Amino acid sequence: MFEKWADAFSVVFTPKILLFLGQGLLNTLYIAAVSIALSLVFGTVLGLMRHAREKLVSTVAALYIEIVRNIPLTLFIISMRFLTKLPPLESGIAAMTVFTSAIVAEIVRGGLNSIGKGQWEAASSQGFSRLQTMWHVIIPQAIRRIRSPLISQFVTTIKDTSFCAIVGTYELSFTSKIVAAHRSIVTAEDILVLYLLVAFIYYLINRAFSGLARRERGNAMKGVVR
Amino acid sequence: MTGPFSLHNWQAWFSDWSYFAEGFLRTVYISLLGLFFTLIIGLIVGMLLCGRNRVVISICKGYMSFFQNTPLVIQIFIYYNVLPKLGIRLGIVVLGVMGLALYTGAYAADIVRSAIRAVPTGQMEAAGSQGFTYLQAMYHVVLPQAVKIGLPPMTNQAVNLIKNSSVLAVIAGGELMYCADSWSGSNLIYGPTFVMTGVLYLCICLPISLLARRLEKRSTRNV
Repeated sequence: MFEKWADAFSVVFTPKILLFLGQGLLNTLYIAAVSIALSLVFGTVLGLMRHAREKLVSTVAALYIEIVRNIPLTLFIISMRFLTKLPPLESGIAAMTVFTSAIVAEIVRGGLNSIGKGQWEAASSQGFSRLQTMWHVIIPQAIRRIRSPLISQFVTTIKDTSFCAIVGTYELSFTSKIVAAHRSIVTAEDILVLYLLVAFIYYLINRAFSGLARRERGNAMKGVVR
Repeated sequence: MTGPFSLHNWQAWFSDWSYFAEGFLRTVYISLLGLFFTLIIGLIVGMLLCGRNRVVISICKGYMSFFQNTPLVIQIFIYYNVLPKLGIRLGIVVLGVMGLALYTGAYAADIVRSAIRAVPTGQMEAAGSQGFTYLQAMYHVVLPQAVKIGLPPMTNQAVNLIKNSSVLAVIAGGELMYCADSWSGSNLIYGPTFVMTGVLYLCICLPISLLARRLEKRSTRNV
């Protein structure tokens, strides 16, 4: 019984396999980090557009958000892979950015909407223009509220990079699938140890962000003006 | 017209529409079953989390923590590769439903817990004073009120579940995304395939999303 597990460990924890998985992990982190950064930029712009008073602007943003949110990310991933000439990692980033921007936009919009009308009225009574109010009054308060859902979205995005395995991008999930098919991996214990190791790597990264999100949620409750 | 969206490609896609219809129905079927078991898991775990047994609570928290913080793809890989080696052979649909329900159930449990918590404790105490047992009070008094609170986020999770069912393409699940991936790959016709697949997913997800939005509005109005 114990021997089987010890065997499984010695089969999986070899420099070759660990290095290969490590390469996958680096790609996963690269895809996730760049996608998150780009989605923050585009998502914020989209969210502000959605919140705009100009009907055309907000309709365009709403259409984008509603359509993209209701289509699986996997479809964007295979579309980017097969319809564009982007290299694997970059096509993954492009797909994830298209998708995650819509989610970020929803979060940003929710944050902006959650700031009470009184804030706008008070600022305008003090002679602030609409843009000034947005910049000095609304956004600072909204940021405090959206920090927690944004960080939760990071966790989702890191997990979602694994969808790139569908098109054979060498991120952590796909590399683990390749390792699982190697001839040195035989027994159920081998495979379980391998996948639990990979799951544990994802878990550690995501758990750190989940904890941060929970702490931010606590902070957001403090000092909110309705 | 040439290129990925040429007329010929569209004709080719529409001549094979029944293949996609089958995948579409399978996606609906897997999603409905998955949603059913998600609700069961969510209800049980959510109610246990509101109980007093510390050991049970930490087990439930462990379940949620693991399933929320690891990718569904890895979870599916584990079921797909490990279970057969242990002599457990599940069909691809059963495996998919199980994977989706266990994954989404971890989120559903969170929703059920906060919905139950949002019902004032006085309700439970009042029911208890009238001779209701814990389960009776839960069923007749607390849960009906909690449903109103939990319905909008649960509806959002239903959309997530449907979208996530596309992950089953990695294990040849035979659902819509798998059909799109394999058909486009073997016919080398990508443009129309991806557009129509997106439209088909929109047909399922968009109405549910809009419903969720309406429910959300109604529940915030009442608060």
